[in-house]
Amino acid sequence: MWQWFHKLGSPKWFFGIANRLMPWLLAGGLIILAVGVVWGLAFAPKDYLQGNSYRIIFIHVPTAFLAQSVYIMMAVAAVVTLVWRMKLADVFVKAVAPVGLVLTFLALFTGAVWGKPTWGTWWIWDARLTSMLILLFLYGGVIALDRAINDEKSAARAVAVLVLVGVVNIPIIKYSVEWWNTLHQPATLKLTEKPSMSSEMLIPLLLSILGLYLLFGWLACIRMQTEILVREQRTKWVREMVMAGRN
Amino acid sequence: MAFDSFSAFLAMEGHGPYVWACYGAFVLLMATLMVWSLRRRKAAFDACRRGFEETRNTGRTAASGAQATFARVNVSQD
Amino acid sequence: MSADLRPEIKPVSAGVGTFAAMKAVFGRDLKVAFRQKQDLLNPLLFFVMVVSLFPLGVSPEVSFLREAGAGILWVAALLSVLLSLDHLFRHDFDDGSLEQLVLQPQPLFLLVLAKTLAHWMLTGLPLVVLTPVLGVMVHQEGNSIAVLCLTLLIGTPVLSLIGAIGAALTLGLRSAGVLLSLLIIPLYIPVLIFGTGTVAAAADGASVGAYVALMAAFLVLAVTLAPFAAAAALRISLSNG
Repeated sequence: MWQWFHKLGSPKWFFGIANRLMPWLLAGGLIILAVGVVWGLAFAPKDYLQGNSYRIIFIHVPTAFLAQSVYIMMAVAAVVTLVWRMKLADVFVKAVAPVGLVLTFLALFTGAVWGKPTWGTWWIWDARLTSMLILLFLYGGVIALDRAINDEKSAARAVAVLVLVGVVNIPIIKYSVEWWNTLHQPATLKLTEKPSMSSEMLIPLLLSILGLYLLFGWLACIRMQTEILVREQRTKWVREMVMAGRN
Repeated sequence: MAFDSFSAFLAMEGHGPYVWACYGAFVLLMATLMVWSLRRRKAAFDACRRGFEETRNTGRTAASGAQATFARVNVSQD
Repeated sequence: MSADLRPEIKPVSAGVGTFAAMKAVFGRDLKVAFRQKQDLLNPLLFFVMVVSLFPLGVSPEVSFLREAGAGILWVAALLSVLLSLDHLFRHDFDDGSLEQLVLQPQPLFLLVLAKTLAHWMLTGLPLVVLTPVLGVMVHQEGNSIAVLCLTLLIGTPVLSLIGAIGAALTLGLRSAGVLLSLLIIPLYIPVLIFGTGTVAAAADGASVGAYVALMAAFLVLAVTLAPFAAAAALRISLSNG
């Protein structure tokens, strides 16, 4: 177990595993995402209340879902960075934060565009949109802090502290925004009635979530490899690999 | 199939612009992110290779100080 | 800065109790602050100015100010605390006394707590004292002003404590001030929501006990967790060199 843990922390080992995994992640992600999206766009029945605009759900929910779980993953990696000083964990945080930022932005953008035909306005201070906006700020803060510190090691640890402080705050922020929202808007408009969703809509939705997850895995692998190459460019294994011409 | 024709599919009963704007933004941003990540990885690889070749070259020419300096200048202008 | 202005942190031997060390740190910060009175006044001036911008910029109507007044005061107080955070560790970092602090045998998070408490006494508390005057100027009623003061009294220490984490993380960086705001503002949102929400509930005539209890819970949570994070962040920033 400990040996496995030790191996997992070795950049060289990770590089090889990632090389083997990446084609599967990319192909699987693209195919499953395409199936889910095409199914959702063209074959799933129309929503009786919202008409066809609800078809945005097949990318809105996956991006929003992933944006939140990426932050949780970053928090787990932050604990590993601070407690075990594992190199790969902070490589992960650094590599993945911009992906989380893009996903959060996409969730916000699709939510706003969905709001126009549904609510009649681009932006509404709905509890979920607002807490996604705050999540966007948190991602921005993590990236800004990482960019600002030159020393690699202290950047990694400072970012880890910030991510953890953020993750403690996320439930508080979520709760307080929901409370604030009910205070200000007694009649809240709901995007979808989740339980009443038919399986013909649910299956493509689950497929696109899975597809985006795999695609995120591919992005994480490739970005972590880049970060490892930059950090380990003086080591022997990188030299051997690069000179052998394997990409 | 939930639509009668391809044009009905594109129009989405008037909601087409919203739906397609969302999917367009999604595809555009994700594709940009993926291409950017791929290119950064390639750039990191090339930087490593250049660095190693540079040290090998300067190692070979290290016998003559003047030549070594010359080689370094050459590379830095590259 | 001359040695006269900034007394050194006296080396405290391991035999000295933790509480005595905390008191020494607290007393020193107050002493330093009172020798540079302008630094004490600046956040207060800023607070008053930001509040006066709203009637000028949005509307001087009584009805608008009555409705928005609590929010305006809260946002102004938040920004004013944010502005003062840069000073929390900066001077000590520049003259090296922060390293002395880290090397003390007493637990660092308690010393950080003492420093943060001193910071709150110097910025948060004066804001609370000033609030009734500004509350009258934005047409708040007596009851609202009392609740507003109470929420600021509980809320500003939370702002100082969370801010200490950000100040410690950005210590010694270029453009630390802007970065500090970027990191900290999202974390301030719950305090702001409940602070203004409590005043709104009081204005509606509802009982505020539950809201005040929730804000007190925030304070307890911040007192227990924030000093640890700030101490860890200080160690990281100092090892940065």
